Amino acid sequence: MAKWAMVIDLDKCTGCGACNVACKMENNVAIVDPDEAQSGRVMFWMDMMTSIEGEFPNIHARRVPKPCFHCDDPPCTVVCPVGATYRNPEGLVAQIYHRCIGCRYCMAACPFTAKSFNWYEPKWIGESSDVGNPDVSRRMVGVVEKCSFCAHRLQKVRETADLEDRPIRDEEYVPACMESCPADAIVFGDIEDRNSRVYRQSHNYRVFRYGEDLGVEPKVYYLARRTGT
Amino acid sequence: MKTKPPIDQDETLFRPIYETGRGFYVAFGILLLIFLWALYMYATQVWFGLGLTGMNEPVTWGFYIVNFVFFIGISHAGTLISAILRLSKAEWRRPITRMAEVITAIVLAIGGLHPILDLGRPDRMLNLLTAGRLQSPLLWDVTSITAYFTASTVYLYLPMIPDIARIRDRGGKLKWLYSFMAWGWTGTEHQKHVLNRAINILMVMVIPIAISVHTVISYIFSMTLQPGWHSTIFGPYFVVGAIFSGIAALMIVMIAFRKAYHLEEYLKEIHFRYLSTLLLIMSLIWFYFTFSEYLTGVFGAEPHEMQIIMYKFTGPFALFFWGMVFCNFVLPVIILSFKKLRTIRGILIASIAVVIGMWLERFIIVVPSLANPRLDMPTGIYIPTVLEWALFAGGISVFVMGFMLFSKFFPLISIWEIEEGRTHGRKEVEERIHSYLPGRARTSS
Repeated sequence: MAKWAMVIDLDKCTGCGACNVACKMENNVAIVDPDEAQSGRVMFWMDMMTSIEGEFPNIHARRVPKPCFHCDDPPCTVVCPVGATYRNPEGLVAQIYHRCIGCRYCMAACPFTAKSFNWYEPKWIGESSDVGNPDVSRRMVGVVEKCSFCAHRLQKVRETADLEDRPIRDEEYVPACMESCPADAIVFGDIEDRNSRVYRQSHNYRVFRYGEDLGVEPKVYYLARRTGT
Repeated sequence: MKTKPPIDQDETLFRPIYETGRGFYVAFGILLLIFLWALYMYATQVWFGLGLTGMNEPVTWGFYIVNFVFFIGISHAGTLISAILRLSKAEWRRPITRMAEVITAIVLAIGGLHPILDLGRPDRMLNLLTAGRLQSPLLWDVTSITAYFTASTVYLYLPMIPDIARIRDRGGKLKWLYSFMAWGWTGTEHQKHVLNRAINILMVMVIPIAISVHTVISYIFSMTLQPGWHSTIFGPYFVVGAIFSGIAALMIVMIAFRKAYHLEEYLKEIHFRYLSTLLLIMSLIWFYFTFSEYLTGVFGAEPHEMQIIMYKFTGPFALFFWGMVFCNFVLPVIILSFKKLRTIRGILIASIAVVIGMWLERFIIVVPSLANPRLDMPTGIYIPTVLEWALFAGGISVFVMGFMLFSKFFPLISIWEIEEGRTHGRKEVEERIHSYLPGRARTSS
């Protein structure tokens, strides 16, 4: 069985934020009004971790795209009281919005702050309310949501592959963030397939993972000439 | 219609049931208003969503979880202390146990409801039964709290039966209720024997359940990987804190009702002196645990752990942290160590300080760890809104109202146990002392 994973090459990444926008549109992520967003209620499935170190003019800015890491041993799923978040056999950590009771224990347990909560009834302002992606269900107030590795795309791809009676080809199933990346910094695929690009990239000498010391086995790999960048 | 109750030796204890002053109605009315306000605020939260609270990302838990831990902690006063005192045959327990058990029953109900306030979808609460995962520490909590609530309400009710029978026999109001609740008690030898057995079994059972409850609550935090939470000391640390705040709350209640219902004859200074010794010991144990927890953190100086500890010491909640140390350790130890300061008023001040300090401790445990996420994520801040304060005030008002209502239907001090102390206790203690001393005991038991 496939095990889906992602590699993000930080040496290629320009920090443009196209992945954030593409993700938001693809997954019908609600648009939070600016005041609320300022007070920490902003919703991103693909977040942009930004930090600036040093004093002007000697500053060192870091922009790191951060989706859910889809840990192989997820600390969030073990604490869920109702099984509304779980890890499926292909390694995708999924959410069941209609079962979630909104206790936010998974958010407290996630070491990477990957999850978002619907503090209010989610809104899609203006045109965005008419152009939603029909493949992704809209969430309701009071539930937790997060990056799904665009699992709805996997369903479509699998249907076609099954019809044609063949395995899913490498990079046939890719999430919206990878598709939109102008620098080709994001690579996605089956990490157990030795011929896939994601497998080769994840064995690059520049590779590192966040939270590797926690034993949660994240499936998002980063490439950078210096670790920690 | 109303028959005049016969004059009893313990008439003072019956009086609140039959006579209600104006002060009671005024106080109850104010509390009821606070409660209705809280209810209205909660309705708005259900309607609009948790966005009305001050919680955000990364501080996804706030007042509700803090108060949940706090209230459950207070509820430890009762049943646990009462069971330990009964088990150790402490004669001075007699006027205290009932109040302690009432605190447990009421506060546990309030605290147990707090996680529901915190839910984003309270309408789906029953998913816990249909889709519950016993692997989740939250389910452990649901289980142990329901077990504790069941055990402690039964443990409150059983020793009340002889007193309820007394009220039934006096006649007057609500005869049907007391007849029903007295369960046909007439005070025969057989009934007494059965009752004592039941109480003995329960008091042994209730102690491990009580300890498990607060241990499991600490597991909610310590089972995660978050720095500041992921600590093995948390189980016993929470239990110690719970008993600590519980004794303080018990003494506040005792002092308040002693004044309101003129119970000076029953709750004497000696009772407070004994309980305050317990409070002093718990304060020192609490400090020992806190000291160990922070010293190991600071000495190891793991960067992320250190970030949270420094945030607690010097960050936006530093006042809370140092306030906690002052209220839980400095002030109570100073007051309770000197005989001159250890008056009823001094004990009251120390107890109030401890209750506030323990609330601050719960806050300092929950919020700073969440506010400092891993990776390069920005530090969060948490400012509770009026809604959260309203529900906090509502919780406290329900507690006081519950206690006031209880006092209007049942005696706050176990009358039959006081009587038993008068008739049997003295002889028993004398025999017991003889059995401690060298030489043959006078009677075989």
